[in-house]
Amino acid sequence: MHAIEISGLTKEYRVGFWKTRRKRALNSLNLEVAQGEVFGLLGPNGAGKTTTLKVLFRLVFPTSGSARILGKELNDVSMHQRVGYLPENPYFYEHLSPEELLNYSGRLFGLANTDVRRRTVQLLERVGLTESRHTPLRRFSKGMVQRAGIAQALINDPDVVFLDEPMSGLDPVGRREVRDLILQLRGEGKTVFFSTHILSDAEALCDRVAILNGGKLQGCGELTQILSLGASLTELTLENPPAAVLDELKPFIVSTVRTGDLVRLEIPEESKIDDILAICLRGKVKVVSLNPVKLSLEDYFLSRVSPAHEAAG
Amino acid sequence: MQRIMTIALGAFKESVRERVLYNLIVFALLMIGAAILMGSISVGVERIILVNLGLSAISVFGLLIAIFIGIGLVSKEIQRRTIYNILSKPVSRAEFILGKFAGLMVTLFVNTVIMTLGFYLALAIQNGKLEAQDLSLLVAIYFILLQLAIVVAVALLFSCISSSILSAVFTFCLFVIGNFSSDIRLFGQGGGSALLEKTTAILYYILPNFGDFNVIDHVAHNVRISGISIIANSSYAVLYIAIILSAAIMIFEEREFQ
Repeated sequence: MHAIEISGLTKEYRVGFWKTRRKRALNSLNLEVAQGEVFGLLGPNGAGKTTTLKVLFRLVFPTSGSARILGKELNDVSMHQRVGYLPENPYFYEHLSPEELLNYSGRLFGLANTDVRRRTVQLLERVGLTESRHTPLRRFSKGMVQRAGIAQALINDPDVVFLDEPMSGLDPVGRREVRDLILQLRGEGKTVFFSTHILSDAEALCDRVAILNGGKLQGCGELTQILSLGASLTELTLENPPAAVLDELKPFIVSTVRTGDLVRLEIPEESKIDDILAICLRGKVKVVSLNPVKLSLEDYFLSRVSPAHEAAG
Repeated sequence: MQRIMTIALGAFKESVRERVLYNLIVFALLMIGAAILMGSISVGVERIILVNLGLSAISVFGLLIAIFIGIGLVSKEIQRRTIYNILSKPVSRAEFILGKFAGLMVTLFVNTVIMTLGFYLALAIQNGKLEAQDLSLLVAIYFILLQLAIVVAVALLFSCISSSILSAVFTFCLFVIGNFSSDIRLFGQGGGSALLEKTTAILYYILPNFGDFNVIDHVAHNVRISGISIIANSSYAVLYIAIILSAAIMIFEEREFQ
């Protein structure tokens, strides 16, 4: 059983004064997230990430398609018992303190008072709010509210945690702490599904990612697999190669960059590497390095969400 | 049940934080206090004046509290997006609506108890003591509470479909119309048109009928309220509230939070 299964999910909003125009926020989204996986939903603002999460929590209803969480239909709210959710820019009752918020959330889960108290102490410690546990949320910075939000999402010790932009508003220390927290959750065997537009977070945390743009899925898979999709270049660095050797290599390379004594050559076809190395050995040229060029998630992301790609897609 | 209680307790705690609540209670108590003065300049009918003004103050200020707090119960949660947090828990939308209703009813009950204590204190000051017949006034206060419960349900229904200001206007209008619903029927019966008669009859049954709940004049003149009247009004209120809350839940079930 998958933790999350999304099949052909489409969401159209009616917009305009008379609500006659339709705006498609999600377009036939298909996703499967395995249990115990850290899954990142990436995309620029307006890509459909928050809409996806809102559909999963029935805050908005899909125009077509379906989804299941832990094998249960979305309209089965009993499934929420095993699920935690941090909304984007979370809003809570501002007069509550983090301790009261966690107590309130715990009671909505039907937890016993002793469990709520125990979990509250643990979670406030975990998100670094123990000292401010009695301070009303209205006096909190955005980052502190975010921490309180993460704590309330974990009060029921959920199997699946949904985090909508969890790093939003956090300073570098806070971001690091949330990263560690997500890794801890993975260590505990929990499924974490989080949306972000901060690629380094996804790169550091996710087993798999999906890239959304304009409501459409642009790519989905393991990070290593996704990044290798575009990693067809190999970089060869030579020391002072003679012009004759470079001429001989010319048919195999796409670019040459000279830096001092070193010359970097980019080879598009991996199958030609043996031939290229043979030419270098014959010409007695010193090979400094030979590396496959790894595409960064950012490169991949930009290639998938660029206007040209959108037009093509 | 625990979830409904938790939401009710949250709604109660939130409503007692509203400053307008305390202002209204203070005004109501001042009105009741002023009723003693009014009574003292009305020779022979002091008690009637005090009961009329005192109970009217409880009714009017209870109504204002019900409307002002009731209209914000759901719409504020949507505007402030605090609803996301609640509905992502194992809480059904029906439990949310019922919890909110129960929370405001607790608030109104507590407020009415405070105003009632003020009213009885005024009676005691006026007469120097409380008499057995004063207990019968509680029936009128019970009817006021039933009326307020209907108003809260109506306010909650409007709060599910429109903004706070419109909800307040609609609820207030419905309250005023509800006090004259018998007149609407009479108007239709005397109009000579079958269509008008049918239309007004339908309106009579759809709109809340608050006419039978207003027994302030009766109790002020020591007219006994029958047990049948108490049972009839209680049943009517329970049924009407059940229908209105069911409608609110049905509407809220379809509501999207963009």
